[in-house]
Amino acid sequence: MENVVGKSMPRKEGRDKVTGAARYIDDMTIPGMIYGATVRSQIPRGKIKTVSFDPRFDWDEFVTVTAQDIPGRNCIALILDDQPCLADGMVNHPEEAILLLAHSDPYLLRKAMDGVRIEYEPQAPVFSIEESERQETVIWGSDNVFKTFLIEKGDVDEVWSAADYVVEGKYTTGAQEQLYIENQGVIASFDVEHGLTLWGSLQCPYYVHKALMALCGLPAEKVRVVQVETGGAFGGKEEYPSMIAGHASLLAMKSGRPVKIVYDRLEDMTATTKRHPSRTRHRTAVSEDGKILGGEIDFTIDGGAYATLSSVVLSRGTIHAGGPYYWPSVRIRGKAVATNMPPHGAFRGFGAPQSLFAMERHMDRIAQVVGLSPVEIRRRNFLKPGQTTTTDQTIREEIDLEKMLDRALELSDYKAKKEQFAQEDPRANTRRGMGIAAFLHGSGFTGSGERYLASVVGVEADADGTLRVLVSSTEFGQGTNTVLCQIAAEALRLPYESVCIAQADTDQVPNSGPTVASRTVMVVGNLVRSAALGIRQTLLAGGLLRETHSAEEFRAACAQHVAGHGVLRSFARYEAPEGVFWDDQKYRGEAYATFAWAVYVAEVAVDLSTYTASVADFVALQEVGRVLNPVLAVGQIAGGVAQGIGFALYEKVVWQNGRMQNGQMTNYIMPTSADLPPIRVFFEELGNAHGAYGAKGIGELPIDGPAPAIINAVEDALGMRFDSIPLLAEDIFESVSIRSPGELLATGGK
Amino acid sequence: MSDFSEHADAEQRDVERPAKCELSFTVNGTSRTVLVHPMERLLDVLRHELQLTDAKEGCGEGECGSCSVLLDKQLVNSCLVPALQAEGANIITIAGLTDGAQLSTLQKAFLECGGAQCGICTPGMLLSARHLLDRTPLPTLDEIREGLAGNLCRCTGYMQIFEAVSRAAKEENARRRTGA
Amino acid sequence: MRSDPADYKLVAPGRLEAVLSLLAEEREEWVPIAGGTDVMVQFAAGKLASRQLVSIWNLRELKGIAVASEEVRIGAACTYTEIRQSDVIAREFPLLATAAQWTGGIANQNRGTLGGNIINASPAADSLPALMAYEAEVILVSIRGERRMPYVGFHTGYKTMQLRRDELLKTICIPHRFDGYTQYARKVGARNAQAISKVCIAAVGRISGGVIEDVRIALGSVAAVPLRLTEVERTVQGNPVGPEIIARVPRMVAAAIQPIDDIRSTARYRTAVASNLVVEFLDKLRASESTP
Repeated sequence: MENVVGKSMPRKEGRDKVTGAARYIDDMTIPGMIYGATVRSQIPRGKIKTVSFDPRFDWDEFVTVTAQDIPGRNCIALILDDQPCLADGMVNHPEEAILLLAHSDPYLLRKAMDGVRIEYEPQAPVFSIEESERQETVIWGSDNVFKTFLIEKGDVDEVWSAADYVVEGKYTTGAQEQLYIENQGVIASFDVEHGLTLWGSLQCPYYVHKALMALCGLPAEKVRVVQVETGGAFGGKEEYPSMIAGHASLLAMKSGRPVKIVYDRLEDMTATTKRHPSRTRHRTAVSEDGKILGGEIDFTIDGGAYATLSSVVLSRGTIHAGGPYYWPSVRIRGKAVATNMPPHGAFRGFGAPQSLFAMERHMDRIAQVVGLSPVEIRRRNFLKPGQTTTTDQTIREEIDLEKMLDRALELSDYKAKKEQFAQEDPRANTRRGMGIAAFLHGSGFTGSGERYLASVVGVEADADGTLRVLVSSTEFGQGTNTVLCQIAAEALRLPYESVCIAQADTDQVPNSGPTVASRTVMVVGNLVRSAALGIRQTLLAGGLLRETHSAEEFRAACAQHVAGHGVLRSFARYEAPEGVFWDDQKYRGEAYATFAWAVYVAEVAVDLSTYTASVADFVALQEVGRVLNPVLAVGQIAGGVAQGIGFALYEKVVWQNGRMQNGQMTNYIMPTSADLPPIRVFFEELGNAHGAYGAKGIGELPIDGPAPAIINAVEDALGMRFDSIPLLAEDIFESVSIRSPGELLATGGK
Repeated sequence: MSDFSEHADAEQRDVERPAKCELSFTVNGTSRTVLVHPMERLLDVLRHELQLTDAKEGCGEGECGSCSVLLDKQLVNSCLVPALQAEGANIITIAGLTDGAQLSTLQKAFLECGGAQCGICTPGMLLSARHLLDRTPLPTLDEIREGLAGNLCRCTGYMQIFEAVSRAAKEENARRRTGA
Repeated sequence: MRSDPADYKLVAPGRLEAVLSLLAEEREEWVPIAGGTDVMVQFAAGKLASRQLVSIWNLRELKGIAVASEEVRIGAACTYTEIRQSDVIAREFPLLATAAQWTGGIANQNRGTLGGNIINASPAADSLPALMAYEAEVILVSIRGERRMPYVGFHTGYKTMQLRRDELLKTICIPHRFDGYTQYARKVGARNAQAISKVCIAAVGRISGGVIEDVRIALGSVAAVPLRLTEVERTVQGNPVGPEIIARVPRMVAAAIQPIDDIRSTARYRTAVASNLVVEFLDKLRASESTP
């Protein structure tokens, strides 16, 4: 019987958040601190000809940093290391950082930025996937291609002759801005003796640590990265903070003063990463009775100007492209291409929302062609235990997707509503429809990723029996602090109140890997449990504790150990589970330690006087292994669904010459409280042998499904195909306006 | 060739640069006086002159509501209020609605229901909720939606925030009825 | 923050005459600031052209909603909240109350003013179509005295208006003319709250025996200025609301408006939706006779 895990224990840092005491980076000042700012490229691509400084300013008052000042390597160390920290002679995207300034007066600093005039020799830019593919202009490498993957299963070339139907489709998704309410910000401080300290709003202290070592030419022990309270991240603070941290660090090193850089909303939106735009092509061989025989999937993402994380986003998107279905044979080609936009990057879902949008829209297409309902087509193709995924991973758990589908349909009143909507007057102003999406999300790093990460977790016990969790995993709203403390408390049968978590400070905590990929509870949580048990083991071995003990006895044992031996600490290192094998070359095998599964149902209403689609009701049903904290888990799902609704119907990035034109909250439209439907969240729990207390990752799953469910519902309502998101009222209007009123009547959704 | 000729105008303006002025107002119950330029934003006066950082800057254009404060009991976006117009006003931030160690019903409800995730919108959200409940003690879901529509939250999808406000409303009303 | 507060003068004389004296100053231009919900956004973006501002936020002469025998007089510095709280406006001019409710969120309604909405003159301003439909008149004041004009001619082009350099908008007067009329307003934006309108309509009408006796239709966001659709009004007036009239609406509306493609929407969309909203109004007008 569990005491702590499975309960809605209060958020560890919650009190500070509801009293206004929580301190985010812009709330912090350091004595002697000055402000930094970034002068950025105004063109998408070209050579920097001249940089001149307006003599109106006394430039001796300012700290100035260019590429020439970089002590180490001019790159943001990540995967390919192709992205410079500061442009050196050549710019490859609008808003690329060229020069840094710092001054004690932030207002004067802003004026001085206008006093730096840069002249360019523009070169031909590339702004779309298609343009990049044509290779008329090569802007990266030899062929504009960052990365490709190929997944092959069975014999695809043989299926076409046996197919009763061949169904094709093309699906596209646009860029999406993470829109954390707290803009990016850091403070850097440097002195020769202690080295560099960087405080920031960030997800991955050790990513920043690695990047700063390379950029500043400093050894590991001379770089310290501290995560402070972070106001939302969603992947947008996974890799980008290394860039802003690099900038502040260079200014700090040059000036000898602490430097704060905090972006305003316009700079944050126009200069930092967004979700990769995508294009997916499907060609599927289907049998008479609606079973997928095989197919080809071509999944392409726009990576922007530098490689950054595109290969990893591509990996996840490619592996998820087949959805939760059984493919006897398949060929999936994944490709990431370069354009002259600011590099696209991590955003919750990380490639999966893009390829799953295509898959779930395509399933409805297949249903139409074959003459089956969206429900039936999925039923006939769901993966079953014992079957293999597109990468030949055997499903070993007793997942019953048909049963989940049934439950989701019941919870959403799908059947009754569909019947009701079908009977509604087709000439009515409001047309309503229902849409389904079934999907999965792999928890943790792909393939051998977790093995390479080799995460380490520590737990420390004080003399008074307080436990402290030592991880580099960060809290940014999703509940890291709370759930990891719950796990440690549960492992040692201690009260939740006696467990705390150390600040994510690279001087204090080991590298438990980045806070990404829905791995924190499942992978890191498991290590927290092990490390906590290690504390107990030490005390048992020292004869200070019995097998069954009270909290009071535990406290006494800690006191004794600390008095006798000093610090009481235990570490646990990740070990890959047995029999989990992934082939990086063939891209085949056990892609993820486990998958979470979901079926979402959307009810949509389209107002034909304004052509606006809105979500009237939403059911989110998911199997997540084990719910460790119900309130937090519901919050994750609801928040992810809200972002998915934004992805589908509201959030459009307007581009012009590679630059975002709507970089303000007024014009980049995220849903307000007045726009979202009731989001009804339900769980199933099958457990998970590889996750702490049976948990799977849930952070990203909920953003994979809403968009296709919603667009499927819009098609159901209007009888019109929409294969591109975001789907705005203007898009619906254009489609409606080419149909006569009679046509609209005749082709109402099935 | 860069053209810096417009700085001639600026030099002219420099000579007549306006002075700062002394402004007094009450913040969270305490009388404060600051020496600021009249066009300094109230948000910056709170955060920089007074080191009260609980009001946040999320957008700088009155869209996100994370800078919300109560000014003479009215909910306003402090990023849009020039300091001079706040002279003599009674300003409350979330810290001002926090009674030492004791959490208010609203704050407790936010904690219990999961109304705060990353917490950056929370100070503004709580003030908006307070403003709503002071005028509409038992709001319907639609009234809660409308009351909070000026506060953007990216984490929660709003569901648990609505729940928290609803729960707090019921508890406050129950307490009022029993005179507790 | 992309402006330096040190570069700006802001004074608050607190008395109307003092403000008017400043506005009359030949040498330098002073620009009024009320609640700041437009001015301060421009300021933060580094786009506020004027460096001298005079606060009219709490000027007594610009506040208050007074009921006279022939009209209701709204002080230009009345906030949207004050408009929403007014019984007489709710009763007689509900389209204005509705527009006030559309604007921003509660925090912006507490500071945004009707006068600010008019003078900022965004083509997408929420309240302006209602003022057009209600045949409002505006009182402008300067050191030279007051003058009054119909609101319908006030805006002459994109952000240009019949406001002299030394004048301040003082009062908005709405005649007690539309009691018992069917009232209709709708705003179409990118989301349900905090949205700049793509199309906005305010319309009033009276119908008897199925025939339109009187009608006023105004649209926002479909031209550089808010528009009264006088041609459409002329055409439908005296006619029964039936399929013939409805069928003519799209062409009539398209001829009357000049919408653009911009960051928010397209001209084609705006044209179609404007037409749909006018039809919706006419339908509501027709239906109003059958419902008591």
